Amino acid sequence: MTVTLFDQFLSPTLFKMPLIAIALVSPWLLHHVVTTRFSSERLLSVKKVSVSALTKHIFQPLGPLGHKWALMFVSLFMFLITLNVLGLLPYTFTPTTQLSLTFSLALPLWLATVLIGFRLDPTRALAHMLPQGTPPLLIPVLIIIETISVMIRPLALAVRLMANLTAGHLLIHLISTGVFLLTSMMPMTAILALALLGLLTLLEIAVAVIQAYVFVLLLSLYLLENV
Amino acid sequence: MADRPVPVAEKRLMEVKLGELGTWLGRRDYSPNGIVSMFRRAHTRYYNKYIGVKKGGIGGIAMLLAGYVVISYVWSYDHLKHDRWRKHH
Repeated sequence: MTVTLFDQFLSPTLFKMPLIAIALVSPWLLHHVVTTRFSSERLLSVKKVSVSALTKHIFQPLGPLGHKWALMFVSLFMFLITLNVLGLLPYTFTPTTQLSLTFSLALPLWLATVLIGFRLDPTRALAHMLPQGTPPLLIPVLIIIETISVMIRPLALAVRLMANLTAGHLLIHLISTGVFLLTSMMPMTAILALALLGLLTLLEIAVAVIQAYVFVLLLSLYLLENV
Repeated sequence: MADRPVPVAEKRLMEVKLGELGTWLGRRDYSPNGIVSMFRRAHTRYYNKYIGVKKGGIGGIAMLLAGYVVISYVWSYDHLKHDRWRKHH
């Protein structure tokens, strides 16, 4: 059986049972909701402060119609950030490296923003296809380009998240294999590669957080255009 | 002091006598709602004991994450066992 570097991304199964379902439930382990206490302990206070700061930041430009999406976006953000960061632990499986997951999150949400725009104000929604102040000669070309750019948004959202995480995990695998094999032959190079691995891990943590944020931010911007 | 008799199915595990263990296991609620509530009770107990305390440190979450890593290793062992004695990775 050939073993490739991409085997880490295969959806794991145990006796043919897809374990991605259990990996998807793992964020639930870490986010406990306690509603019976007035003032909460350390961990919950930190989470409350950061979640309310994030909500205010994302929903400030959106009007009252957009505020209905607050629960959706914030829970999506917590879900993605937990999945991404948990995937950096050794031997764990990251569900967001599967295009099936990211695309199934991106497509319905993007489609909802477009449909809301067409339902509330179709003229304004169609007017997005043409930026203000374009020279008349360029209008046909620009309409085609803008339509394509709108149509490609769900794919871009999905692939951005998937590709960033996949690339990061792959790099970590490659460099750690290199470090492991170099320790016997060239120790100094191995130490340099180990330093590189440390920096890469820090980068991956940052990427995991940022990608979740970017996903939700872009969706809120698409909503802002259309709401 | 004589306690009121409690039905076997509702006793906690530590209070069930060895002879009653089979009855206890048989009468637990194994419906989907019951299984979800089993997990929820366990999670709430773990949270209240280790994480939801006034000065909780990193230990409560670290135990959860360590358990998750161990479980993931067990799941992916079938794939990992090929790596151990490979000549060319």
